[in-house]
Amino acid sequence: MENGTQGEGKDPSSFLSEIIGNAVTVKLNSGVVYKGELQSVDGYMNIALEKTDEYVNGVKRRTYGDAFVRGNNVMYIAAD
Amino acid sequence: MAEVEEGPTGSVSEPLDLVRLLLDEVVFVKLRGDRELKGRLYAYDSHMNLVLGDVVETIYVIDEDDEEEDIKTTTKKSEMLFVRGDSVVLLSPQNSS
Repeated sequence: MENGTQGEGKDPSSFLSEIIGNAVTVKLNSGVVYKGELQSVDGYMNIALEKTDEYVNGVKRRTYGDAFVRGNNVMYIAAD
Repeated sequence: MAEVEEGPTGSVSEPLDLVRLLLDEVVFVKLRGDRELKGRLYAYDSHMNLVLGDVVETIYVIDEDDEEEDIKTTTKKSEMLFVRGDSVVLLSPQNSS
């Protein structure tokens, strides 16, 4: 069994692959927040987002049609 | 190059595929330290080291003069620029931002 004895327990990366295509909130260590549709994630937690809004201090700054975020900057990814 | 299965429309199965689609396009790059670049993407690697051409760099500096907090911008132009991957935060096609 891939998830061992934990029953319903999943590992974090299977959570990430499950929410691909969903609306997500990505927060970076700098505090900047991106809200968009999760296109893909890799092992470094590099992220591709679609139709993304950027929020700095809670204020919308920019929108991106597509955006690549380098994984080392990511604090969390939340499924909306 | 062994390509991992391509989807029907351009194929973005991993995030770096998005970057591959931006080769030779004008891109917007957000860097650490409140810097932004706009330029044509000539090359990249898995570290996100980048080679950009015809680059405009915008630097945002918070100017704290007593009461007022102004944000000053400085721009620099370079013909060709190598960017070390670890300072990259975000990369996006320029036409969409």
